[in-house]
Amino acid sequence: MNLFCVGLSHHNTDVEMRERFTGNAETDCVLRHSGCVEALVLTTCNRVEVYGVSETRVSTLDIARCLARTIDKHIPPDSAPFYRYEDAQCAQHLFRVASGLDSMVVGETEILGQAKKAYESARKSGAAGPYLHRLFQRAFRAAKQVRTHTEITRGAVSVGSVAVDLAEKIFGDLAGRKVLVLGAGETSERTSRALVTRGVTDLRVSNRSLDRARELARLVDGRAIGFDDWREQCREIDILITSTSSEAPLLTPENLGPMLCNRIDRPLFIIDIAVPRDVDPSVNEMDGVYLYDIDSLQSVAQQSLALRRQQVAAAEAIIAEHVAEFGKLISRGLNRASRDAEDPPVGESPLRTFEL
Amino acid sequence: MDRQLLVISTVCFLAAVVRTIVALRAGVFRPGRFNFLAIGLGFIFQTAFLSVRGHALGRCPLTNLFEVFIFLAWSIALIYMLIGPAYRLSLMGAFTAPLVFIIQTFALLARIDNFHPVRLPANPWLEFHASFSLIAYGAFALAGIAGVMYLVQERQLKTHQLRSIFYHLPPLSDLFAAITRLLWWGFALYTVGLVSGFFVGQPLPWVQVICAMGVWLLYGAILQGRHLRRFTPKRIAALCIIGFSAALSLLWGITFTAQMHTP
Repeated sequence: MNLFCVGLSHHNTDVEMRERFTGNAETDCVLRHSGCVEALVLTTCNRVEVYGVSETRVSTLDIARCLARTIDKHIPPDSAPFYRYEDAQCAQHLFRVASGLDSMVVGETEILGQAKKAYESARKSGAAGPYLHRLFQRAFRAAKQVRTHTEITRGAVSVGSVAVDLAEKIFGDLAGRKVLVLGAGETSERTSRALVTRGVTDLRVSNRSLDRARELARLVDGRAIGFDDWREQCREIDILITSTSSEAPLLTPENLGPMLCNRIDRPLFIIDIAVPRDVDPSVNEMDGVYLYDIDSLQSVAQQSLALRRQQVAAAEAIIAEHVAEFGKLISRGLNRASRDAEDPPVGESPLRTFEL
Repeated sequence: MDRQLLVISTVCFLAAVVRTIVALRAGVFRPGRFNFLAIGLGFIFQTAFLSVRGHALGRCPLTNLFEVFIFLAWSIALIYMLIGPAYRLSLMGAFTAPLVFIIQTFALLARIDNFHPVRLPANPWLEFHASFSLIAYGAFALAGIAGVMYLVQERQLKTHQLRSIFYHLPPLSDLFAAITRLLWWGFALYTVGLVSGFFVGQPLPWVQVICAMGVWLLYGAILQGRHLRRFTPKRIAALCIIGFSAALSLLWGITFTAQMHTP
């Protein structure tokens, strides 16, 4: 009995190539045309993979033909660099994928949800039987253990989420915090939205164009402030997101100092995403002021990624244990396991024995 | 027998320290149950030691520098057990365990335990005064530890260099709130202890009185600065560390003087 995985991912193909093989992603097609007993298609923006179980070896080319979109049938399937993993390597690959180790952004957690969704869909359609059930349940367990026992998911890796993480490390709960968005750019909007999702309700938007300020304020459920009034707001706010196109710094220690004199125990978090910068870097040296420009936000994101990469070895060790346990489970046979109510009955599948 | 209990207790705190170092080296610095359990176990053995020693003396075991240090270590563990989990400061255990371990190890190795199992006449006011003052020291110690945590977190935020520990330390606002509460608790307990000292019924050495008043004034000034918003949170965090270091040195002086005046 053969357990295998055939696929394309961001590692070896570009999106143009991958999109040719997403097809309808119909598991039935794979089953019907290739002789798989069980099959599951996992399609995300970074990968297209088929996990299958068959009694006789199904060729990669056959799988590729099934995955090729109808309109692209003229493309020779062997033109794509499909990878193939079998048995233990297949299990190891899936466990790595589910844990986010194989993702473009190491440690991202979205893939686990996508894998669960793909499994659920295959289970409902009857395409996933007892072997894939065991394989995927083990993958979900491995992913959960990797997340809880390593730092692989720690730290934000995008500018917006880094800003929100930092705000939470300064203020704790963000509900009730006052935010001023100065300059209604795209990154400001994204960061504002991220703050709103974490509980910020008092959001003020100021822009040279009041109409644009009103527009963004409407989008993020805030209120527009005249551009002449933003300095006054600095006395009240906790977080300032600035992205104006000003040529000279708008905030310097000299003009910020008087604004902070009555708020000695209240920190001010400034996110300066403007280029050239809106805030003089020496503002960061003031007590209670935490200034992050676009470079420092990206640097934090890079540090988070580096931290995640440091955890890869620990995660791999956890995965290796799960691969070994999965091998034992499979070698014991699935008949006993299939007695569990949740398992699809083995009787529906011709599979009886399988060893990794 | 009683020292064996203390050695076991010290080993428990050492286990928490080792665990912290291993976690730091592995880059997986997370608050876990292990530290809390290790400190909890250490606390139980500390309590057993103090109980055995107290029975032998027939009074609260605060008769020499050794017992004072152990009582202080017990107070720190007690306050940690009370406030650590409650204020989401479970990582505080990683900082508390080394301090308790150092105090106990020093007490065990420094040959300052001139224990004579003679039942001394009990003086409830003196025991009340000494025990409350030392529990207050426990709160001051925890405020100092929260101060260290605050400065570590603040430094990372200022320099934009975030390490694994950053993600596990509480937010600055939570740490500052904890520092303030601990300072108030410590100050209140210390005031009660200080006032009760005037009822012990025997003349106190003037050095002891001045040292005790000095500690009270120091923490009073920190709290006054906090209340009037004269000090930034960072300065208060630093003052908590300086304050506890000074208080610990003065405690030595107070205990040393008291021992000299004990017949």
